[in-house]
Amino acid sequence: MYIEPAAIRDVLTWLKDAPGQQYNYLVDVTAVEYRDPERPLELVYELFSLERRVPLRVKVELSKDRPLEVDSVVPIWRGADWLEREVYDMFGITFRGHPDLRRILMWETYGEGHPLRKDFPLRGRFSRSEQVRQALNIRPEAHYSMEELSIAEAYRDLPADIQERLRKGERGVIPEPPREPS
Amino acid sequence: MSAKRTVEFELATTGVGPHGQPVRVPLGVGPATGGDDDDVELGGHHMLLNLGPQHPATHGVLRLVVELDGEVVVRVIPHVGYLHSGFEKLGEYRHFNQLIPLTDRTDYLSPMANNVGLTLAVEKLMGIEITERCRVLRVIACEMSRIISHLVWMGTTAIDIGAFTPFLWTFYERERIYNFQEAWTGARLTTSLTRVGGMMADVPDGWVDGLREWCRNFPKTLDEVDRVLSRNGIWCARTQGVGVLTAEEAINFSLSGPMLRASGVPYDVRKDRPYLGYEEYDFDVPVGEHGDVYDRYLVRFEELRQSTRILEQALARLPDGPVNVDDPRVILPPKSAAMSDMEAMIFHFKQVMEGIKAPVGEAYFPIENGKGELGYYIVSDGTAKPVRWRIRPPSFINLAALPKMAEGCLLSDLIAINASVDIVMGEVDR
Repeated sequence: MYIEPAAIRDVLTWLKDAPGQQYNYLVDVTAVEYRDPERPLELVYELFSLERRVPLRVKVELSKDRPLEVDSVVPIWRGADWLEREVYDMFGITFRGHPDLRRILMWETYGEGHPLRKDFPLRGRFSRSEQVRQALNIRPEAHYSMEELSIAEAYRDLPADIQERLRKGERGVIPEPPREPS
Repeated sequence: MSAKRTVEFELATTGVGPHGQPVRVPLGVGPATGGDDDDVELGGHHMLLNLGPQHPATHGVLRLVVELDGEVVVRVIPHVGYLHSGFEKLGEYRHFNQLIPLTDRTDYLSPMANNVGLTLAVEKLMGIEITERCRVLRVIACEMSRIISHLVWMGTTAIDIGAFTPFLWTFYERERIYNFQEAWTGARLTTSLTRVGGMMADVPDGWVDGLREWCRNFPKTLDEVDRVLSRNGIWCARTQGVGVLTAEEAINFSLSGPMLRASGVPYDVRKDRPYLGYEEYDFDVPVGEHGDVYDRYLVRFEELRQSTRILEQALARLPDGPVNVDDPRVILPPKSAAMSDMEAMIFHFKQVMEGIKAPVGEAYFPIENGKGELGYYIVSDGTAKPVRWRIRPPSFINLAALPKMAEGCLLSDLIAINASVDIVMGEVDR
């Protein structure tokens, strides 16, 4: 079943709560990019009704011409939290209203793009030696998110130069490569 | 002086991240009031504790950043991805049968069930009907996997909480299952048992009798573990009422498997979306009441007994006949035929070099493995390689509820709660 991107939250809320529907269990959230570059990205929601024992697959098509943005369903299902983070990490789809949209499987300062996109080469954008160089250059502040550094005195304990860089909004050492519009 | 020493932050938006999101920067960090260090009141400061990724109690390379108020957990921020291998990306460059070794390496504590799940999804996509013997053998494989998965969970969780002996007993039984696995597949861990349309091999001679004998003896070990743990004062004190999730919360967090059933939701894929003829087997689905760590233990414990029951029934009904479907397009011809018969050699060549072509379409196939609902979602565009294959990782989704469960508990309970989720980092990170 395909639905409009703008209607996603209303439709899924209705599917969850309406008496005849009761698709109250969110099985999975994922995305598909086809090999044909003309086809839009698809966002896939797998639902299941625990009362009626029936599955339903809901899809949203996201055109690549426009920014990949869609409403988050975390207000409906808390379980969508990590699933949407994974889709964001792997496909670059932004979820509006997500409480904590960060990369999840790749590290937060990862700058090579979104691995499951078809324009992402299998072995990554950078050479092996470049990847090793970046891995060795990881600075301690890259291991903690800003939120975590604001717990206790962790921020104050950092060396002065890192504090200075963080204050400017720099985190990690790896610049994002320019991404051509696909 | 009773002025609490507090740390105040001014979170200012000063930068813009790579994706346009604002970056919050703590400013003016430090003691807010001028009190000197002598009159620090206990409990005033929150502490940042980093647990893992190399820590024996996190069951793999899980990293938890914990905010502590004394010994009480205020917040847990899990970090996953240290074992990310890009299986989903890698699979887009491989034939369907070449995906099977990848599934071994996701949930490596129950590899055979993963193999079965993937091939069932591909067979659903291709519309292949497998033989009856193959169906029963796959049920046996799934239940053996569930048993070793739960045994590992039980042993390691007992160690986390301080009981060493059950670990030795459960791992002894697991080792015996591994012997059966090795005799069947040649491997103890990376089994790669199934093939599209059948199995890698039939079971060897005498194997069925051996497993039947094991099924007779295994409940004795279970009884021993039961006697040591179930009414053990320390075990009960450490697990009862810890990490509670209500049924609504469990559904809302999309939990599955023993985690969901311990909260009182009787959802089991084997009963509710039957596959492999599970509806013909006589078994019960244990359901907990309280949704705490202890109920998760009880649910898994009872599932071990039920899996043994299913194994016995499956062994009793195991029919004779071929294991693989009779279709030269998906099943490799026997080696002798491939070496002597022209047609068989062509089929062999085409399958190895080009792979099996699936029709255009998509399929989602869930199975119940030890951790929960393991689903494979495969999208095909008509070639021999999937456009997208997605693993619905049960332990990844179950782990997402950890911050909720751990709120306000003690640090030592965090270890028990984390253990009760039953995670395998190979599957969480894929």
